[in-house]
Amino acid sequence: MDILSLFPAWLLEQGPAFVIVLPLLMGAIVAILPSRTLAWWAALIVTLLCSVTAFGLLLQVYSEGASLYTMGGWDPPHGISLVVDALSAPVLLLIAAMAVVTMVYAMPATIAEIEPKKRAPFYAAFLLCFAGLMGMVITGDAFNVFVFLEVSSISTYAIVAMGAARDRRALAAAYNYLIMGSIGATFFVIGLGFLFMETGTLNMADMSRILADLDGGSRVAMVGFGFIVVGLGLKMAMFPLHTWLPGAYAYSPTMVSVFLASTATKAALYLLLRFTFTVFDPSFNYDIVVVKYVLVGVGVVGMIFASLQAIFQTDARRTLAYSSVAQVGYMLLGVGIATAAGIAAGYLHLLNHAIIKGGLFLAMGAFWYRFGITRVTDFNGLSKTMPWTMGAFMISGLSLIGVPFTAGFVSKVNLTIAAADKGWWWAVAVIVVTSVLAIIYIGRILLAAYFGSPPEIDGEMAKRNEAPLMMLIPMWILVFLSISIGSNLFGLGDNFVMASERAANLLVGIGG
Amino acid sequence: MRDPHVILRVVSKFLIPFIALFAFYVQFHGDFGPGGGFQAGVILAAAVILYALIFGLEAAKEAFPPSWVRIGMSLGVLLYGGTGVVTWILGADFLSYGVLAEKSYHGQHYGIIAVELGILLAVTSVMIAIFYAFGSRQPETDEGDW
Amino acid sequence: MFSILFEQYNYAVVIILMMTGLYVVFASQNLIKKLVGLSIFQTSVFLLYITIGKVEGGQPPIVEAHGDDHASLEPVLVAAGNAKDAAGYAAGHSDVLYSNPLPHVLILTAIVVGVATLAIGLSLVVRIREVYGTIEEGDINALDYSYNLEGIEE
Repeated sequence: MDILSLFPAWLLEQGPAFVIVLPLLMGAIVAILPSRTLAWWAALIVTLLCSVTAFGLLLQVYSEGASLYTMGGWDPPHGISLVVDALSAPVLLLIAAMAVVTMVYAMPATIAEIEPKKRAPFYAAFLLCFAGLMGMVITGDAFNVFVFLEVSSISTYAIVAMGAARDRRALAAAYNYLIMGSIGATFFVIGLGFLFMETGTLNMADMSRILADLDGGSRVAMVGFGFIVVGLGLKMAMFPLHTWLPGAYAYSPTMVSVFLASTATKAALYLLLRFTFTVFDPSFNYDIVVVKYVLVGVGVVGMIFASLQAIFQTDARRTLAYSSVAQVGYMLLGVGIATAAGIAAGYLHLLNHAIIKGGLFLAMGAFWYRFGITRVTDFNGLSKTMPWTMGAFMISGLSLIGVPFTAGFVSKVNLTIAAADKGWWWAVAVIVVTSVLAIIYIGRILLAAYFGSPPEIDGEMAKRNEAPLMMLIPMWILVFLSISIGSNLFGLGDNFVMASERAANLLVGIGG
Repeated sequence: MRDPHVILRVVSKFLIPFIALFAFYVQFHGDFGPGGGFQAGVILAAAVILYALIFGLEAAKEAFPPSWVRIGMSLGVLLYGGTGVVTWILGADFLSYGVLAEKSYHGQHYGIIAVELGILLAVTSVMIAIFYAFGSRQPETDEGDW
Repeated sequence: MFSILFEQYNYAVVIILMMTGLYVVFASQNLIKKLVGLSIFQTSVFLLYITIGKVEGGQPPIVEAHGDDHASLEPVLVAAGNAKDAAGYAAGHSDVLYSNPLPHVLILTAIVVGVATLAIGLSLVVRIREVYGTIEEGDINALDYSYNLEGIEE
């Protein structure tokens, strides 16, 4: 490929380690930087460099196939290996790109939300969270997954709690997240312990090979699988385990909710795909039972219930948070269909939803930045006072509903087709019903914004007060991406579909 | 006024140097035997925390200023990561200690020493930092009100 | 039935601790007690891993150094670095039976993670106490109730 030759060879060769090490080390440096602006620049440059590297790795995967990086030159299965393949590379790029978007937006937002003294540590914690997410996605070592999971989670608890300067409920939300997140991570480790007992290895590829030789293994492996699914389910806010999510998204600093909504649950979902389809194998009885009945079951119930809950929230950010839980249900449904088309649709929805929710939360942050509002009733007349921001919100919202020519439409149609091919017409019905519910909860906000009149402040109509450019630019980039995917501008839509199909083929190919 | 904690003070004055010494014993055995930076760091931090408990937080902060602690945390991580960066510069994979010396097993040894030092620094600083962070908050209730 | 329980009492201990911890997390209202429960829960996992690492009759996994040179390390490096399969790994070793050191290393990491979680959790509780004036979950929810509904701070 032509673009690939532009990347320095060293970057492509050492890229897998580079995308983890750079934010990790810069996080340590940023923590002691005296200047807050310098800290921001450092964080921005790190995320930019990581995105470029991740893009290079993605191109490399498509042109040369998957690559394996050995940490410290120790060969697998003894050493820790980093795996870049068609499944992990797109998620890597997604996380890095969303980090860049968040960092651009963070410049004005942190000034409004974080005390000056805490800004440098805030950026440091953000970089650690970023490094942890990248590590979770790229590593090929099962225990390493846990370590990176905790690196990202612990720094997330800290940055969620920093929302306390704005809203004291952030503290309680961060505490709940900590309890639930730690239990999830511990469940995951218990599961790994059982797997380690059964296979004697921690390398995922090796584990998968040994389990296949054992024909799925004994009850030990089965129990381990159960623990891993529950642990990851907690992390990705699978329906009954989602209680930490609305608080964490609604009260954290706005750029944190942008970043979390678009990456954290996605990384956990990626891990679920990795474990159910490559480490374990759908040909094992218990694996396919869990995928078919448990994941689909909680996915579908979650879609309906979380959408209903989203309708009855007074706080618009909580509405979006519940909608995130519902969208996780769509992805789980795609995974549960377990055909190449179904997984591809789930994976595509993972990528698209990150872009859509990122845009929505960015707009929500801008509303708070200008007027300090988050409640739905306060949205009256926002289309007049903040037309560009509200426009971005509207398009992202329509995309969430699944209106044609937007990203949400593409993934929902793919999901519907996959479900219909499998003969699951009830699933099609559920998708339609939840889309209608999405019309209600997004429409409720849009109605207030477009047909309400601006409130009066000191006897005068509120004046037009647009969000700063640093917020509008990342917002509209995401909106533009969402439209481009939906209308296939610049072949973006095809590329996304292609990426998800490759990922699904990788999973199903190994799964047989 | 007589000091009510005189026995504690005298005993811990004797103990603290030995605790610190033991920490370094554990540290420098860590490259080839059981031990290492994590354990040594916690033991060393325990010496400082004991000092703070007996002689007061202010005295401990004079001996180990919080600004040092903060820099120590970052420096430890950077020492660890820096070892990896050096191996990058020498043209190998991240943290391939083998390239640090002519013979690969010597390189492994040097690498692990540098990394363990980084861990010692980071763990000690973090443990002290956690103690300082909790210890320096003003209690809402006075000592007498308990 | 009971003989199994006594032979494998370590697992019984792990299960009891695990369930105790999880119960404490969910049953207690006090935020500090929840963290205590969480720590017990995590500790049970440490025990589980340590149990896995024990090999019956196994020696501590330390390679004896012969002389001042590090050359005795070389076969280990060769075996671990280049061995592609378990057979090669075993060939590089003497026939001494070692306990498995890997779970211990993993648990060292998990302990550090546990300490970090606990530190963050406790500092959150300190902040919650400062802001809300209570560390009982029910009271905090009650304080937030009207705020959640109306957006009015009491």
